[in-house]
Amino acid sequence: MFKKVLIANRGEVALRIIYACRELGIKTVAVYSQADENSLHVRFADEDCCIGPARSADSYLNVPAIITTAELFGADAIHPGYGFLSESAYLAEVCEACHIKFIGPSPQVIRTMGDKARARRVMKKAGVPVLPGSENPIEHEEKALKVAKDIGFPVIVKATAGGGGRGMRVVRSASDLPQAVQTARREAEAAFGVADVYIEKYVDSPRHIEFQVLADHHGNAAHLGERECSIQRRHQKLIEESPSPALSEKMRRRMGNVVMDAAKAVQYSNAGTFEFLMDADGRFYFMEANTRLQVEHAVTEMVTGVDIVKEQIRIAAGERLSFKPSEVTFTGHSIECRINAEDPETFVPSPGVIRVFSVPGGPGVRVETCAHSECTVSPYYDSLVAKIIVHGRDRQEAIARMRRTLEMTVIEGIKTTIPLHLRILGDPDFLAGTLNTSFMERFLARPRPGRLAEAV
Amino acid sequence: MKLDLEQLKQIVELVRQHDLAELEVESEGLRVKIRADTRPGQWAQPAMQPAFAPAAVEALTPPGLARPAASVEAADSVEEIELAVVKSPIVGTFYRSAEPDATAFVEVGSVVKKGQVLCIIEAMKLMNEIESEYDGEVTNVYVENGQPVQYGERLFAIKTAP
Repeated sequence: MFKKVLIANRGEVALRIIYACRELGIKTVAVYSQADENSLHVRFADEDCCIGPARSADSYLNVPAIITTAELFGADAIHPGYGFLSESAYLAEVCEACHIKFIGPSPQVIRTMGDKARARRVMKKAGVPVLPGSENPIEHEEKALKVAKDIGFPVIVKATAGGGGRGMRVVRSASDLPQAVQTARREAEAAFGVADVYIEKYVDSPRHIEFQVLADHHGNAAHLGERECSIQRRHQKLIEESPSPALSEKMRRRMGNVVMDAAKAVQYSNAGTFEFLMDADGRFYFMEANTRLQVEHAVTEMVTGVDIVKEQIRIAAGERLSFKPSEVTFTGHSIECRINAEDPETFVPSPGVIRVFSVPGGPGVRVETCAHSECTVSPYYDSLVAKIIVHGRDRQEAIARMRRTLEMTVIEGIKTTIPLHLRILGDPDFLAGTLNTSFMERFLARPRPGRLAEAV
Repeated sequence: MKLDLEQLKQIVELVRQHDLAELEVESEGLRVKIRADTRPGQWAQPAMQPAFAPAAVEALTPPGLARPAASVEAADSVEEIELAVVKSPIVGTFYRSAEPDATAFVEVGSVVKKGQVLCIIEAMKLMNEIESEYDGEVTNVYVENGQPVQYGERLFAIKTAP
C-alpha cells in the first residue's frame, strides 16, 4: 500500500480523498494555490505545499509543479480528484515516467476515452449501442450535410475533445448546419485547443443515465449500478440519484452487462463512469466515458456501501477489489443536491465570505463540503459549496429527507441554489420520477405562482 | 473601457504581487493610482519584527518547508530604505551555486545587477536560473542551500540602488 498520497485538487473532493487516506492509514500532501492558503484541505493534510498563484493554469493545472512537489515530499501516488488534471493523459504519463502511481486508469485508456469520436468507435466495436453519426471528425460542410441527411435531423454537433456543453450545437434543419459547425469548431478550439467536431443523431429530451465501474489489475471488474443525472442546466448536473426511477431490475442487469463488456474491451482499470442517453422508449445509447471519480459518486456509495475512493487507492496500489462483483447489492435510494454559490434565480455566481454555515445531521444525511463559517468562496474556481447527500429506504423517504435537510441548512453571506433545489423537490414531475434532460428548461420557463402574485 | 470591480482587484493584486510601491493606470479618461501603504505603525511590531513567521503559523507548518511570505516586508519601510524581496517563482529545490563545490552566485553584501543569476531552483530535473529583477545589494538570503521552496517563498532581500 502507498505511504503517502499527493492530492492534486482542492475543495470538497480534496477533503474526500483525505478521508479515504486517513482511514487507510496513508499520509497526505495537499497542494494549493495562493488563493486557498486557508482552505480545509491544506489544514487537514499531513503536509502541504503552495504551488502557484490563484489562476488554476499556474497552480492546480501546473503539472511540473505538482510532480516536483510529489518528488520533494516523497509521495508515491497522486490522486487527481475530478476536474483539473483528472482526465489528463499527460499527467498520467509523466507519473509513469517518474515512478509515481497515478490513481486512475492508464494513459492509453484516458486518451482513447478523451477523444469522443474515438471512444464512440471503440464502444461500437465492443457491441455497445451508440447513436448513428459520423465515424470521424467532420472536415467540410458538404460532409456534414451528407452525414446529417443520412441520419436525419435533428442532429447534434459535438467537439471530439468536448465536455461540459462547450463546443456543442443542436441543429434541427439543413440551413442551420454550416453556421452550427463553424460555431462549434470555434468554441472547441477556444475551450480545448482542438477544433475537431463530429455529428450525431440528437435525441430530444433523453434521460441521462450513467453506470459506475470499478476494475482492478487482476481481471476483476464490477459495476455499482446506475445514477440518474437528468436534472441538468446547461449540461451541468444539479441533482443526481441512484437508482434511476426509470430502470427495472431486468434493464439494470442488461445495461450492466453491456457496460462490463465495454470496460473489458478497453481493458479499463480503476474507477470510471459510462454515460448513456435513454430515449422515451427505453433504448439507451453510449454517450461518453469519464475516466475519473465523479462529483456524484457518493449516491452510489450510499446505496452499495462501497467506498469508491478507497477502492481507487487500493486498485492503484495493485490490490484486488475488496468485494466480489456478485456480492454488490443495492439498498434503498440516495439523492444528491449540488449546492452552488449562485443566485437561485439568475444563476449569477455569488462568491464572498460565508458568515454562517450550518448543516443539519440526522439519519441518512451526508455532507461533503470544504466550507465553514467565515470561509471565503473564491471567485477563481467553480461555485460548488457543498454536496448534500441523503439516503432513505425508498425514493419517497429520500426526497422527504432531502427537503428537511435543505430547509434546515443555514448558509449566510453568499447566495446559494438551495431555494432552487427546494422548488425542484416539490415539482410534480420530479416527485413522479418523470425526468429528462429538458426538465430544467421547462421548469425554469414555467411561470411561478409566487411571481404571479407579486406581479398582480 | 470602464474599469469594473474585478479589474480593480486585479490591479491591486498586481501591486501586491510585484511589491510595487505605486502604480498608476490610465484608461479612457479614468485614472487610478494605487499606492502601497507602508507607513510605520500599521504593523503589529514595527520596530523589532521577527525574522519570519510567528510561532502559531510555524506550528501548522510541516517540517522542511516554510510558508510563503504572506505580505510585503514591513520592517524595510520602517528603516526607510528601499528593499526588494525576490520570491520563488516555482516549487523546487533551492541551490545557491551552479555545482555543489562551486562558489555561491551571491552572498550577503554582493552587489547585483538586473538580470544577474541569484540562484538555481531545480524542478523536474531542470535547473532554473533565477535572475535578479533589481540593481542593488543583497542584504539577506532567506533559504539554506539544498532546501525545498514553495511557490512565492522569499529567497533574497535586495537593497535597491537609489
